[in-house]
Amino acid sequence: MREILVDLEKCLGCKTCELACATAHSKEKNFFAAIFEEPKPVRRIFVEADGSTNFPLTCRHCEDAPCVTACMSGALTKDELTGEVVLNSQRCIGCFMCVMVCPFGVIVENQRKAAKCDRCAEIGYPQCVLACPTKALSFIEVPVYAKKERKKYLTNFLVKE
Amino acid sequence: MERNKLSVDPTIPNIYQKAREEGISTVFDRYEAQQPQCGFGLTGLCCRHCVQGPCRIDPFGEGPQAGICGATAEVITARNLLRQVAAGAAAHVDHAYDVLEVLEQIAKGTESYSIKDQEKLKQVAFTLGIDTANKTEREIVEEMCQIIYRDFANSGATPMTYLKANSPQERLETWEKLGVLPRNPDREIREALHQTTMGMDADPVNLILKTIRLGLVDGFAGLKLATDLQDIIFGTPQPVVTEANLGVLKEDYVNIIVHGHVPLLSEKIVEWSRKLEDEAKKAGAKGINLAGICCTGNEVLMRQGVPLATNFLAQELAIVTGAVDLMVVDVQCIMPSLAEIAACYHTRLVTTMPIVRIPGAEHVPFTTETADTASQQIVRMAIESFQKRNPAKVYIPREKAKVVAGFSVEAIIKALAKLNPEEPLKPLIDNIVSGNILGVVATVGCNNVKVKHDWFHIELVKELIRNNVLVVTTGCSAHALAKAGFMDPAAVEWTGEGLKAVLTAIGTANDLGGPLPPVLHMGSCVDNSRIGDLVIAVANYLKVSPKDLPVAASAPEYQHEKALSIGTWAVAMGIMTHLGVVPPVAGSPKVTRILTQDAEALIGGKFYVETDPYKAAAGIIEHIKAKRALLNL
Repeated sequence: MREILVDLEKCLGCKTCELACATAHSKEKNFFAAIFEEPKPVRRIFVEADGSTNFPLTCRHCEDAPCVTACMSGALTKDELTGEVVLNSQRCIGCFMCVMVCPFGVIVENQRKAAKCDRCAEIGYPQCVLACPTKALSFIEVPVYAKKERKKYLTNFLVKE
Repeated sequence: MERNKLSVDPTIPNIYQKAREEGISTVFDRYEAQQPQCGFGLTGLCCRHCVQGPCRIDPFGEGPQAGICGATAEVITARNLLRQVAAGAAAHVDHAYDVLEVLEQIAKGTESYSIKDQEKLKQVAFTLGIDTANKTEREIVEEMCQIIYRDFANSGATPMTYLKANSPQERLETWEKLGVLPRNPDREIREALHQTTMGMDADPVNLILKTIRLGLVDGFAGLKLATDLQDIIFGTPQPVVTEANLGVLKEDYVNIIVHGHVPLLSEKIVEWSRKLEDEAKKAGAKGINLAGICCTGNEVLMRQGVPLATNFLAQELAIVTGAVDLMVVDVQCIMPSLAEIAACYHTRLVTTMPIVRIPGAEHVPFTTETADTASQQIVRMAIESFQKRNPAKVYIPREKAKVVAGFSVEAIIKALAKLNPEEPLKPLIDNIVSGNILGVVATVGCNNVKVKHDWFHIELVKELIRNNVLVVTTGCSAHALAKAGFMDPAAVEWTGEGLKAVLTAIGTANDLGGPLPPVLHMGSCVDNSRIGDLVIAVANYLKVSPKDLPVAASAPEYQHEKALSIGTWAVAMGIMTHLGVVPPVAGSPKVTRILTQDAEALIGGKFYVETDPYKAAAGIIEHIKAKRALLNL
């Protein structure tokens, strides 16, 4: 099961992922066309900064997702097969309970309904990951990512020693 | 990148494959490595003018809608565009100024250069109001230089003399009404930089008007001035027959490539290549083979029939042939990567100008004083280099196309005069009236790696000539069309019946043994002024404004700031100018609307952005038909 994971050291805060995300959720799927669309396409990834750290925040697709528990209309469900938290907009009644309980603040409003990362279901691959110029974002299995991090730690550790 | 997707030029896939095998990365690979490109930059919504920034405006409306200083999307995009156009104008004005300085040196008696075209000298003198009777050539040149220098020393508010002397009255009145008449060209460039600094102009309309003014600076203190003076010094082009594409390189000759823009250098290299031919033979070569890249290639192609090696996007691949013994460059469009690639072969890269130094290249300073000694030195360096060529690394593509070029306005008029000596423009106009020629389109400008190399130029022109639109061309667009065979008279088969009949009639009247090619090569990028002159001549003949003519311009694959400033000049002339790549202003709907719609009511011209060549052809033809209808044609 792959997750969108972030290498914090690499994010420069350019927000290219945000533009790619909004484009991926537009009608035309083309940047130059998307910026002229009405209503404007809405992004589902947000580069937030805290001093020296930039962090592209998007739905973490939690295992025990508070938004799924809070959703009274059944619009938000956990897909056991893919591990994704899926939003069915047709069922969404726009109560925004999910927005209130999401600890990351990554569920937003689009046309009076909730909107969140769907890992670019229409296109088939998260466009934010493809768009990141520094490869801060990756779409990768957790064990593979963890292994990479361990290696990185070891390298840094040995260099410091 | 997949090698077959790079270009429609048949030489590219194999030579690109060779580069890959030899571990050389080129513009195509670097483009891929740059993906994705920043959306804020692409839409012109990034401002780096002060150090509180960088700031960017969110085109989707959720994020910031103003920079730290308060500049909105329209201010930032309009300001960025003005800076780019000012930079483009600066490049052309600097080019023209270099030629002007040489003209002055000729008056002072330099032996490096002379006046080749007395006719053109007299014609330009007449335009500037110089009385040439009883004056020596030197006196005329001196007076001409003084008048032109006065434009650059003008401390007042009077408009540029060179612009006033060369513009139709109706245009001058329109420009005056809009307040866009340029004064001292250097001052306009300086003021544009000032106007776009932090805390200055915040009115997008005022910024766009200044952009138009800078377009006029480019058109008259850059393009027109450079072309006129170059014609005086090196001669006005007349039809020549030559060839284009990498197949012009020769295995057993010393191959020298001239690359850059100003003929001051390339003409001298041509001269000394011919004079030192025997030295090359002594070194074991059959002779010296010269070929051009970019606009300096066009300059010597038009005047000397020097074949064309390739255009902007394939400049690196020319070296990858392993057959180039020396590439000498002056200014503009010279990729910094050339030195590193040349180092993989025996190729010597030589820079010549104080403002273009590339680490890894050899530098031979080229000035009016050193013109002959430096050129000899460079040609001898090439002969030396030939002896070090490694045949195992040589691959010369076979492909080349026949090219009939050299169509200055003077050459076109001369050809038309064979049909009607009293009124040479009449046959052209009669055929436009009758519909044999639907209209005239100028395809100009660069290659841009965002577009499949040469593809847009070729597909657009195929559609246009098929619909009886006569195409004139300059710059790397001319190169693309030359390589693809559009300048071979045989290409007349690709045109509509009406255009074919006209081209055949002109060809027959001139004893060319065939028709004129359907695409007329009018020269380098500064030679866009020739197209301007032709438009003005036709408009004057018909007693209408250039904006009323069934004509259009297109920069299908432009990349350079110079192309933006040339395009702005064309719009200021009243001509609809198509762009095949989205310019970095799309982030502001208001600025986009002014440039692509509102401009037309103000000045007669506008930009037309369309990234699909077939739709662009249809849009241009529709525009031409609308203009014809307004003239009751």
